[in-house]
Amino acid sequence: MEDEKHGEEQLCTLEKRGNLFFLTLTGAGEHRLNPNLISSLRSALSRLQSDPSATSSSSALITTAQGKFFSNGFDLDWAQSSEPRLQLMSSSLRSLVHDLICLPMPTIAAVTGHASAAGMMLALSHDYVVMRRDRGFLYMSEVDIGLVIPNWFMALMRSKIGEPRARREAVMRAAKLTAEDGVRIGVVDSAHDGAEATVTAAAELGEALVARKWDGHVYAGNRRVVLREVLEAVGYDETVTKVADKAGSKL
Amino acid sequence: MEDKKHGEEQLCTLEKRGNLFFLTLTGAGEHRLNPNLISSLRSALSRLQSDPSASSASALITTAHGKFFSNGFDLDWAQSSEPRLQLMSSSLRSLVHDLICLPMPTIAAVTGHASAAGMMLALSHDYVVMRRDRGFLYMSEVDIGLVIPNWFMALMRSKIGDPRARREAVMRAAKLTAEDGVRIGVVDSAHDGAEATVAAAAELGEALVARKWDGHVYAGNRRVVLREVLEAVRYDETVTKVADKAGSKL
Repeated sequence: MEDEKHGEEQLCTLEKRGNLFFLTLTGAGEHRLNPNLISSLRSALSRLQSDPSATSSSSALITTAQGKFFSNGFDLDWAQSSEPRLQLMSSSLRSLVHDLICLPMPTIAAVTGHASAAGMMLALSHDYVVMRRDRGFLYMSEVDIGLVIPNWFMALMRSKIGEPRARREAVMRAAKLTAEDGVRIGVVDSAHDGAEATVTAAAELGEALVARKWDGHVYAGNRRVVLREVLEAVGYDETVTKVADKAGSKL
Repeated sequence: MEDKKHGEEQLCTLEKRGNLFFLTLTGAGEHRLNPNLISSLRSALSRLQSDPSASSASALITTAHGKFFSNGFDLDWAQSSEPRLQLMSSSLRSLVHDLICLPMPTIAAVTGHASAAGMMLALSHDYVVMRRDRGFLYMSEVDIGLVIPNWFMALMRSKIGDPRARREAVMRAAKLTAEDGVRIGVVDSAHDGAEATVAAAAELGEALVARKWDGHVYAGNRRVVLREVLEAVRYDETVTKVADKAGSKL
C-alpha cells in the first residue's frame, strides 16, 4: 500500500502487517511538515480507513519515521513568512491532527528521532508515544527561534502533560526532552535502545491493544470525548490570522 | 431512619451514628443505577438535609452491601429505549448535583466493584476509601461498546490530574484496584476488607467533623472547586437527539 504519486518523491508509506498499520515518514530528511507531506499523510490515513480489514476487525496505527528526525516541525523555509502559506500549513496540520484524533483505532507514535515544535505536536496527537532513549529530543523550539505557539498547541500539551511545571519546562524553557525525561513527565510511555527496538515496542503495544477487540468507532468516540478541548482548539490558529481575515485559517 | 416504602423493596438505608450519616446501598445485587435506586438515594439525601442534627458539623459516608458498590447504569431496564436512557441519565446527573451541593463532607467507602456510572457515583464524593483485597474501579464503556458523555470526563478531570491515568482508565478500560487508585490519586486509602474500609471512612469522617465547618460554607467552596462538573452535569449529549435537546437537561 505504498503512497507514491507518479514522478513525485515518496513522502510516506503505509504498510499493513497483520492487524497493524505502519505509517512511515520516509527518507533521511527532517520530515518538515509542509502541505505536501501533510497531504500524503492525510491520504494515507484516508486509504487506511477505506481498507476493509481496518474496519471489520480491530487494528492499530503506528506512525514512525526514517532517519535522524521524527519531524523537525513546520517547513518555515517553504513558507517564507508568506501569510497564505503559513495559513495553509497551519490548516493542513490541524486537519491532520483532527484526522488522528478521529481515527477509529488506537494510535501509537514510535519516535525514532527528533520531534520539534509542530513535529512534537504530531507525536502527541497519538494515543501512545514510545521513543528511543539513545538519540533524539522532544523539543518545543519556538521560544528559541522567535515564534509564539498557537493556542491549539497548548490545548494538545495540556491534554497529554498534566503537570504545569513540566509544561513550563517544555514550552517556556524550551527544554530538550530525552525519552527518559518524557517518561518522567508522562508524555512518553516507554523508552528503548535504538530505532528498531522502539518500533518493535510499538508493535507489541499495538498487538496488546488490538487484542482488546474494541470497536474502532466506539474507541474513537470515547477519544473524542477525552480530547474534546483539543478538537475545539484545532478549529482555529490565531497566530496565522490577521484581524481582518479571521476566516482565512479556520478548518 | 430507614428508607422503606410500604410494600417496596428497600434499596438503600440512611442511618445516623453520632455525627456521621451512613447511606448504604442494600442487598447483594449490582446496585444498578436505575431511576428507582437513584430516587431512593435522592430521597435519603433530602431527608438527611432536613435532619435537624445535620445543622452541626456532620459528614456523609456512602457504602454498599455485597460484591458491588455499583455496576453502573441499569442497561437491562433501559433496553435501549431513548426515554428510559434519558430518564436514567437525568436522574443520575441530579443525584451527582445533589452530592456536589451537599452541605457536609462526603466519603465513598468503596467495598466492591464500581463500574462506569457506578465509578462516577464514587467519584462524586469528596473522598474515596476502598478495599484493596477485592473490587475494581472500571470505566467499562469502551469494552461494552458505549461512548461516555462529556460530564463523565468533566468529573474524571476534576479528580484525576494525570492525562495518562485518565487515558488508562477511559481509553484502555483499566481495571483499577484500590492500590492503583491510590497511585493515581483517585483513592485516598486502601484497606483490607469491607469492614476496615467502612471503619476508615468513619475515622476520616470524624476528623472532618472535628473541623467544625459550616456545612453551607463547605458546600459553597466545593461548588467553586467543582464548577466545571456542575456545568457539565446539566446535559448529556449521548442521550439527546438533535431534535430533542430539552429532553435530558437537568
